[in-house]
Amino acid sequence: MSAPLDVSGEEMRAEPEAVAKAGGAPIQGRSLGQIAWMRLKRDKVAITGGLVVVLLILVAIFAPLLVGWFGHPPNEFHQEMIDTLTMQPKGGSGIGKDFLFGVEPVNGRDLFSRVVYGARISLLVAFFATLLSVVIGTVMGIVAGYFGGWVDTLISRAMDIFLAFPLLVFALSLVGVLGQFETQLAVKGDTLRILLLIFVIGFFNWPYIGRIIRGQTLSLREREFVDAARSLGARGPYILFREVLPNLIAPILIYATLLIPTNVLFEAALSFLGVGIQPPTATWGGMLSAAVKYYTVPHFMFFPGMAIFITVLAFNLFGDGLRDALDPKSSR
Amino acid sequence: MNEEPLLSVQGLEKHFPVTKGLLQRQVGAVRAVDGISFDVRKGETLGLVGESGCGKTTTGRLITRLIEPTGGKIVFAGHDVTHMSQGRLRPLRRDVQMIFQDPYSSLNPRHTVGAIVGAPFRIQGIKTEQGTKKAVQEILELVGLNPEHYNRYPHEFSGGQRQRIGIARTLALKPKLIIADEPVSALDVSIQAQVVNLLEDLQGELDLTYVVIAHDLSVVRHISDRVAVMYLGKIVEIADRKGLYESPMHPYTNALLSAVPIPDPKRRAGRERIRLQGDVPSPLNPPPACRFHTRCWKAQEVCRTVEPPLETLAPGHQVACHFPENVAGSLEGVLGGTASTGAVPAEAAPAPEGGALA
Ligand SMILES: Nc1ncnc2c1ncn2[C@@H]1O[C@H](COP(=O)(O)OP(=O)(O)OP(=O)(O)O)[C@@H](O)[C@H]1O
Ligand code: SF4
Ligand SMILES: [Mg+2]
Repeated sequence: MSAPLDVSGEEMRAEPEAVAKAGGAPIQGRSLGQIAWMRLKRDKVAITGGLVVVLLILVAIFAPLLVGWFGHPPNEFHQEMIDTLTMQPKGGSGIGKDFLFGVEPVNGRDLFSRVVYGARISLLVAFFATLLSVVIGTVMGIVAGYFGGWVDTLISRAMDIFLAFPLLVFALSLVGVLGQFETQLAVKGDTLRILLLIFVIGFFNWPYIGRIIRGQTLSLREREFVDAARSLGARGPYILFREVLPNLIAPILIYATLLIPTNVLFEAALSFLGVGIQPPTATWGGMLSAAVKYYTVPHFMFFPGMAIFITVLAFNLFGDGLRDALDPKSSR
Repeated sequence: MNEEPLLSVQGLEKHFPVTKGLLQRQVGAVRAVDGISFDVRKGETLGLVGESGCGKTTTGRLITRLIEPTGGKIVFAGHDVTHMSQGRLRPLRRDVQMIFQDPYSSLNPRHTVGAIVGAPFRIQGIKTEQGTKKAVQEILELVGLNPEHYNRYPHEFSGGQRQRIGIARTLALKPKLIIADEPVSALDVSIQAQVVNLLEDLQGELDLTYVVIAHDLSVVRHISDRVAVMYLGKIVEIADRKGLYESPMHPYTNALLSAVPIPDPKRRAGRERIRLQGDVPSPLNPPPACRFHTRCWKAQEVCRTVEPPLETLAPGHQVACHFPENVAGSLEGVLGGTASTGAVPAEAAPAPEGGALA
């Protein structure tokens, strides 16, 4: 936990009176969001993390273009790069200007393009799983916190149950079962597995954000500005959407940003275990899993490993910076 | 006195249930407000004073019907609002507003000053001739804020300015009654007087009636016409200002008064300072009979067994105590110059009557 910043930083203590007298310019207040943005801009580490995140997203979106320029189709075999005796890449890794990250052993597929395509699956699954968790968690958290009583008890128990759920076992068996019926389902292959991953990862992780939002709602509900609105005759929806929700945007943003890297790791782990996307589609976890057998060619493990590492680190650094900037702890 | 009071509170009670376990079984109740009665006449200011936790805020929240009373009756401007539905209360809410205790918690940090002070118009669906913005700016000016700060956010203001924003919000709909819950206790001493003066000026200008809550008697001294003293959910003494400050009858009022600094050294000399022993007992389990007996230096056996009723002992002066002081009251105060706060519960006349009522 980084030390919470006090909202009464200098830039905010600018006395309105003083400003009014000195400048005479039209007075425009700075919202907490604008102040957070100013703080974030000064946080070099967070901004670097943010830029890397943007870069990764661009890579994922423009993967076909990148591969077209700098590589070879991800599932194209390049036997000419393989030493037929050892089945290892010629020259150890095959890294060169043709194959930026070298080639896989045995079949000689282009590692660069496989890592680039792997970003698509990783980010896609992580984003949508996070979205699913955040939507369910926020709704459940607000409902539990705002209405309290037996509704709260019910939802809180549900959260406990979800958190105690043996997720990995469930994921393994779900994939096994669905695999049997695959021919009868409307969606098949990669699409089916991507949806499955999003569901498994997203649906079981909502209690984390749910608890945070519940706690925040609980404390917001007790704030006197809610009483003030009620004493003016405001009804439930007004209080929920106009008074409470604007104060929840910061925590939602922060925890969403911090949940994404967790989900990237989770997806990689599932793919590593063979539960995720199936070969030959390129995923980082799947590549790592394959690379384990070829410890003599370390570059095979290095590039997908680095991709996961950089992605997780960038999101975490950005998320931490965002938290410091928005600082929900001391925003009164 | 012949006029009907603007607000009448009769035997008002609020018991917060204390629940336990998964099934929310009730195991007790916090008797935050336990049968209080008072009237507030149009145009007057009633001070409501008591230590922390004695139920002052709860009383305010009951009157504004933020919470539902467990017993008693609240009549505002002839309407019985005790259990009125929120829907039917809505139009009446324009007339009763509350200033909150904590100026940091009472303003939504995500809303601009304009949105906060304009909220009453929006919530009540009121259109003003010149538009909400103009109306809001006029109110800001009225409470001594720069109307150009319309687009600023609460965190850009000091505590005193924030409390002015809170006051502006209560004024938006031109209410008849304002409950001010410790309007200055969160503020610097140096600006407390400014805010109290503002409240006083506004009262004259806008024809307001106030219930001003405070935890010590000094804050409400010059703003109140009458003062009610609360202890553990009960009113122990209620009188007009002169009667209460010059000849307090309840030992608790005396104790509170002795904590108030007196500017006049002559009077200060003749007064001994009473230090209250111990903490306020929990309202979860209040002492029987007279609730003050655990801390009262005049307590007798009867105080532990018979609850003293709130009785009128002088015109407009009600006290709940078996052994009140200053009963021949104002005379002694004027002649002797000093209040007899002797620890001897000697000439305590009305004790037998109190006993008879049990
Ligand atoms: N919602 C609630 N649920 C349970 N108990 C409550 C609730 N609100 C208040 N209480 C209890 O009721 C008692 C009176 O509280 P109240 O806030 O009215 O006191 P107060 O006189 O305003 O004190 P302060 O000077 O600290 O503001 C306290 O013991 C408090 O703990
Ligand atoms: S009734 Fe007894 S205990 Fe209570 S205040 Fe009076 S003298 Fe003290
Ligand atoms: Mg209070």
